[in-house]
Amino acid sequence: MSLKNALRHRLVRLSLSLAVLPATLSAPLAHAHEAWLLPSSTVLSSTGYVTIDGAVSNDLFFFNYRPMMVRDNLVISAPDGSTVQPENLLQGQLRTVFDANLQAAGTYRIALVNASLMASWKENGETKRWRGSHEDLAASVPANAEELVIREGNSRIETFITVGRPSELKPSGRGLELLPVTHPNDLYAGDPATLAFVIDGKPAANIEVEIMAGGTRYRDQLEKQKLVTDAQGRITHTWPAPGMYYLKTTVDGQSDTMQNTERRLSYVATLEVLAQ
Amino acid sequence: MHKPLIMAAALAFGTGLATSATAGGIDVEIELPRIDVSDYRRPYVAAWIERPDNSVAANLAVWYDVKMRNGEGAKWLKDMRLWWRRSGRELEVPIDGITSATRHPGKHTLSFTTGQEPLGTLAAGDYRLVVEASREHGGREVITLPLTWPPTVATRTEAHGEHEITSVVVQLKP
Repeated sequence: MSLKNALRHRLVRLSLSLAVLPATLSAPLAHAHEAWLLPSSTVLSSTGYVTIDGAVSNDLFFFNYRPMMVRDNLVISAPDGSTVQPENLLQGQLRTVFDANLQAAGTYRIALVNASLMASWKENGETKRWRGSHEDLAASVPANAEELVIREGNSRIETFITVGRPSELKPSGRGLELLPVTHPNDLYAGDPATLAFVIDGKPAANIEVEIMAGGTRYRDQLEKQKLVTDAQGRITHTWPAPGMYYLKTTVDGQSDTMQNTERRLSYVATLEVLAQ
Repeated sequence: MHKPLIMAAALAFGTGLATSATAGGIDVEIELPRIDVSDYRRPYVAAWIERPDNSVAANLAVWYDVKMRNGEGAKWLKDMRLWWRRSGRELEVPIDGITSATRHPGKHTLSFTTGQEPLGTLAAGDYRLVVEASREHGGREVITLPLTWPPTVATRTEAHGEHEITSVVVQLKP
């Protein structure tokens, strides 16, 4: 490893350990590009290492634009709910890479979550601003403040890896999330899969979900599938072919769980569809 | 040429039935092809019986690299991807009487007796016998043979593969 790389490596590790850094909005991720995580395997028959790439790109799943920004926002959740520390985290010019040592049977969730709240209001004719977490909101922002506007941003980019038998996945209860009906490591070409979406833990009805197969570099059209969730927040989709798929959904508008709050929620998953 | 043989077999099994009502079973002969490549590795093979709804009634045999250091051989069990989906991922290897070492090219005959592990006691009905082979640096193939249990007479069915399995012959003994 060159000195420069070693230094960068250390810096990335250092920043990762600074868990006190405030989480930031997902705004730095350019809107016209896809941001994704790509695991080396999604189905394992033994415990051990996997490696995961993260990038912001023009083509799925090729590293051709920007590396994924990974700070304190990466959470690798083990089947028992504990967290696994990423190893060998390195941010290159075009991609970010890290390893994860999966030592238990069941399903791991690898998630990059950017969440933030920003508030502005008037106090004695003066504009006040605040930025922080949901936990600190009540203590920092008067609920009945004049001209109160809260902006909530929550973006989640994730993928799933299973050692042995797939295990249950629980949503965090905040933001826009996938609530598996068909397990995300139990997807097969030609078989219909049902996926449910929740916002703050409640069914996300009537939202648009985009699904796109990887390998866009080798075809003329994106062949983006657009599905709309039903009243229970569900879509059912039959995968045309095995491969890695990109799934994205966004929700903008007034929050129905918080007052005076405009929200911008997004969810992205990389899903591997297996051959029969 | 074949017909008299089958009849003879049925007769023989018929006599057996008279002395022991539980001696029935299944013989499975798996022939693996000789593949002339320099990086040849013996294939991982799984044989099982499944119900029409894809649930597994019995795992009969799983051949994998049991000798590799630190159980590393188990890492590739998922490459028998149908078996892995049907039941492999639910199991912990090694399994007595089911898992064993990989085998060389040629014919391998396995005999299973009803009422004994790993065949156990099959409820009356339709099943499929499935053999899946997956080879490192090579391909994968699945052979499926329908079977109805219990057989009233000795029956013999066979199917041929094209790549990783030469043939599978199943003989049902009442």
